[in-house]
Amino acid sequence: MTHFLEKQRNILDFALSSLLRRWGRNLALTAVYSGIVFFLGSVMFFTNALKHEASLLLASTPEIIVQKIVAGRHDLIPLDYAEKIRKIRGVAEVQGRLWGYYYDPISRANYTLISAPGAGLPEQNIIIGEGISRVLNVQKGRTIRLRSVAGRFANFKVKGVLSPESALVSTDLMLIGEDDFKKLFNIPPGVATDLLVSVRNKKEISTVAAKIAEIFPDARPITRDEVLRTYDAVFDWRGGLVLVILTGALLAFVIFAWEKATGLSAEEKREIGILKGIGWDTADVLQLKFWEGLAISLTSFLLGVILAYAYVFLADAPLFATVFKGWSVLYPAFHLTPFISFYQVVILFFFTVMPYTVATIVPVWKAATTDPDQVMRN
Amino acid sequence: MQIRKSSIFLLFLGVGLIVLSLAGLQAAYQTGANHRSLADSAEFARIFQVTDLCLSTEARYTRHPSQADWHSPFQSHPLALDHFPSGSVIPPPRTIIPEK
Repeated sequence: MTHFLEKQRNILDFALSSLLRRWGRNLALTAVYSGIVFFLGSVMFFTNALKHEASLLLASTPEIIVQKIVAGRHDLIPLDYAEKIRKIRGVAEVQGRLWGYYYDPISRANYTLISAPGAGLPEQNIIIGEGISRVLNVQKGRTIRLRSVAGRFANFKVKGVLSPESALVSTDLMLIGEDDFKKLFNIPPGVATDLLVSVRNKKEISTVAAKIAEIFPDARPITRDEVLRTYDAVFDWRGGLVLVILTGALLAFVIFAWEKATGLSAEEKREIGILKGIGWDTADVLQLKFWEGLAISLTSFLLGVILAYAYVFLADAPLFATVFKGWSVLYPAFHLTPFISFYQVVILFFFTVMPYTVATIVPVWKAATTDPDQVMRN
Repeated sequence: MQIRKSSIFLLFLGVGLIVLSLAGLQAAYQTGANHRSLADSAEFARIFQVTDLCLSTEARYTRHPSQADWHSPFQSHPLALDHFPSGSVIPPPRTIIPEK
């Protein structure tokens, strides 16, 4: 065993010396390889952290949300629907919810307004998210002016600012009293934005949702499970910008491996011929090339993954945050809680390290099994 | 005494693995440290019946992707396309596009 390990170390020494003889080329190779691992790793860490955080923050989202759809558009729902839904077996409670969007032409930002009866807000008082506070530069005690759909301006006193720690759910929120909300948007009596349904037995949520869809063909029930699964698809491999990044990275990687697999340079062949000539076995030559490939792969993998972790969780993934921000004026800082899935890291390892290492050995086989004299002459 | 190249490489690997392990430990520590604020945020979401994360505020179908309808990404005019950058990373909800 000791002899075997010592032999492998000697071969590793030789492999590293061989790599250092072509240090410029191998350094460039390692840099690009690390870049590919960095891209893939960054997307993986960001996506997993986002999904993990969504699953924690939205675990208690309403069990069923019932919307009214008119000609494919979300419309206000009559509160009468709640009476019929309450009669469905298994339904514990139904309540109307009022929420909507307000575009502020001064800051050019979109706010989400939620009527919050439980917040105990006096008339013309609001609680705002930290993003709104930042964009408008207003703090607790100051006044914000909002314009109603009737064209009238109303002043609202800022009763409080939500904490920055809750920014991922609240940065653009404005909590407002029910009467103020209705006056602002001229909401008629007897309607709500949507209905929230609580179900006694959580296993019956989908059954109750199906019954609601049957009773009200113009209603669209959305279950909690569907809300959470929406975030499984955010920043997913299978679409949009992420697919473009992934395709580019994989294409670059395939070109790498193909370039390695298609053949050796004359210098590399001569080197193998000399080694065979001085007494190296075919197996020794293959081990040498294996260690060369593994040295580059492992170095690139470690550098790529460590940089990806630092980029996503220490630097807050500025490039990805830019994509989410888009044209938004108001946006949260992406201080995601670090979440590493060991399974994903292992998958990344096998998809990046193994193919390249194998691709390094393949072209060597023929040269290693050919007569040394012939290899050196060619 | 000359240090062998394999020793330097193995040391580099060892340091790399230690850094990765530290990253894992940092992730675990941060999760614990953030537990209280995450719990508070989750409680906030429960009380005010929040349904979506605030990832983007440029369009309503990316602000509340789970509540989006078919109409909003293409509402600007006939044959309009989804033109907001965040739409490229926030797909339609599963309630609109059924799973195969």
